[in-house]
Amino acid sequence: MKNNRTLLLVLAVVLLLALSAFTVDQAVKNLNLGLDLRGGVYILYQAEETGDAAGGDKIDRAITIIRNRIDALGVANPVIQREGADRIRIDLPGIEDQRAAREVIGRTAMLSFVGPDGENILTGAELRSAGVTMDQFNRPAVSLDFNPEGRAKFAAATEQFLGQIIYIYLDEEVISAPTVESIITDGNAIITGAGTMDEAANLALMLRSGALPVRLVELETRGVGPQLGQDSMNRSVQAGVAGLLLVLLFMLVYYRGFGMVANVSLIVYLALVLGLLTAINATLTLFGIAGLILSVGMAVDANVIIFERIKEELRAGRTMRTSIEAGFQRAFRSILDSNVTTLIAAAVLFSFATGQVRGFAITLSIGILVSMSTAILLTRFLMRQAVRANLFRAPENAGLKGVSK
Amino acid sequence: MSFVALRKYAFIFSAVVIIAGVISMSFRGFNFGIDFTGGTLLHLNIRQEFTLEEARSVLQPFGLEAAALQKVGAEGLAEGEKQELLIQTQQLTPAKQDEIFSAFQEKYGLTAADLLRVENVAPVVGGELQRQALIALLLAGLGMIAYITIRFEFRFAVSAIAALLHDVLVMLAFFSIFQIEVNGPFIAAVLTVLGYSINDTIVIYDRVRENLKTRRKEQLADVVDNSIRQSLVRTINTSVTTLIVVGTILIFGGITLFPFMLALLVGVFFGTYSSVFVASPLWLAWRERDARKHLRVKSA
Repeated sequence: MKNNRTLLLVLAVVLLLALSAFTVDQAVKNLNLGLDLRGGVYILYQAEETGDAAGGDKIDRAITIIRNRIDALGVANPVIQREGADRIRIDLPGIEDQRAAREVIGRTAMLSFVGPDGENILTGAELRSAGVTMDQFNRPAVSLDFNPEGRAKFAAATEQFLGQIIYIYLDEEVISAPTVESIITDGNAIITGAGTMDEAANLALMLRSGALPVRLVELETRGVGPQLGQDSMNRSVQAGVAGLLLVLLFMLVYYRGFGMVANVSLIVYLALVLGLLTAINATLTLFGIAGLILSVGMAVDANVIIFERIKEELRAGRTMRTSIEAGFQRAFRSILDSNVTTLIAAAVLFSFATGQVRGFAITLSIGILVSMSTAILLTRFLMRQAVRANLFRAPENAGLKGVSK
Repeated sequence: MSFVALRKYAFIFSAVVIIAGVISMSFRGFNFGIDFTGGTLLHLNIRQEFTLEEARSVLQPFGLEAAALQKVGAEGLAEGEKQELLIQTQQLTPAKQDEIFSAFQEKYGLTAADLLRVENVAPVVGGELQRQALIALLLAGLGMIAYITIRFEFRFAVSAIAALLHDVLVMLAFFSIFQIEVNGPFIAAVLTVLGYSINDTIVIYDRVRENLKTRRKEQLADVVDNSIRQSLVRTINTSVTTLIVVGTILIFGGITLFPFMLALLVGVFFGTYSSVFVASPLWLAWRERDARKHLRVKSA
């Protein structure tokens, strides 16, 4: 009977550890890594009014344009989000050349059509769209589509400058200088001789981009090269493994048999947190790993509180079984109150944290909740089973010396 | 020797640290990083031995020879062996950053991947961060006062918050006296320490609450002293396991995490100290004073 109980307990522990290993393995394969671990660029833009109204939601239009620019770069899984009323946040993971990316997105270009006399004809705000098309000889060309105001202005200009050159500026740079071949009154123009297909696409992109309805100012940029990201990843994981092993060793040496139970709980705890992070599709950042490792150090706390209570009961001469039950009961209020106050700090951190430390707040908050649950539920279950299997007989099993039962 | 009897020395020690910190804060201030002040940071992999003088001469044509420069690299390397460079300046336009990197690229034959890290923060963002930090600390403090008042009593709440204020002041003092960079993550470190320290304090308070019920005949000072004693092994063990992990990340975690972990190390250490030597003795002092007042009122 006793042997059966021991066997069952051993089986349960092996099963728990195997499940934990599986969860950790899955989490490691599926967790999203933050820009600071895999390399990439984060940019926060402030959108500023340029004065000329373009109609519709300017920020949304700007986001569409930025998305086009980024797609043209071929970045996988970019995040482009509006933040607040007038900010745009961009995450570009896995970028090799940070500078090129920033240049393409951050180009706060103003598009203008200028006549040969240097007079401004119209601006990008009056250009509805630009695309790649084919001219009558099946060569790549760029099509332009103006809005009603632009249509009128363009018609007047093509009449005035027939046979002459119209310059298209992106900021101070001439990106195209087509000759006016006919008067265009319907607002649909074609720029021929745009070169190869790629060049035409690029020109169309620049024309569309130039129609950016707002001016973008970089408020905050954080770029991490892939090397540093990999390095941070390796270092933090190594530090984590080392820290975890030291904590496991400490618990084992100090609490002996009880420590073994705490260590099983701690490993299950770690697997649960990683599993939860994967399940909610969280992104693991460098500070997130730091928070996770820190939570390992703090997660043993509930176990320590319980064990110290049990030891007190044992010292008072109670049996192992009653000591364990009383220990859990008396530790509960202490664990609850102390963790709720900690959770208040973590919740504030969570709601306030942006950028870098957001990941830290997430892992720490989840860590507190999960550690409380594993200590109260799992540790208690394992302790009870161990007592039933008669594995904890002497106070020495709790790391207690010189106490006679 | 009882913990309560030691409180006089503890109060003096804390007062000295905090006063030194306040003096340092008012005269030298903080070494604020770009998250607070706004500015640009470039982290370059130079891939060869170099001197800061060399780096400065590259920056001179840009009028940035006064920029803060630092050699960094793997731990254990001597200063001369470090092959990475950190440049911190006022905020630069993206174009200017490109020109600077190109100048280094030319001088040392770097590739695009040798630009390890770029951080660029507008001063307006730094100002927002400072405001948010204050709001966060206030919110956390109020939330804790409310919870502790409900579960314990108001005097516990105020004493606990005073101990937390102590922890924050000691962390600030440490970073001001040693002029260690204070950046965005420092705020997260402070909040984490608050969470850790309050946890420690509450575990002891819980003991006091329990012993007040079961040991009614004892002197109040003895109740507090016994409560600290009964929680002591737990207090020490939890701070040991926490400091173990903080220490390993501090040593092996690399330069990005270093100032953050250093703040946590100082904070966790003093948070533990304050739970034992500040929070409970403060509550005791307050209770005893109220008791004396009560007595005077009665005898009058």
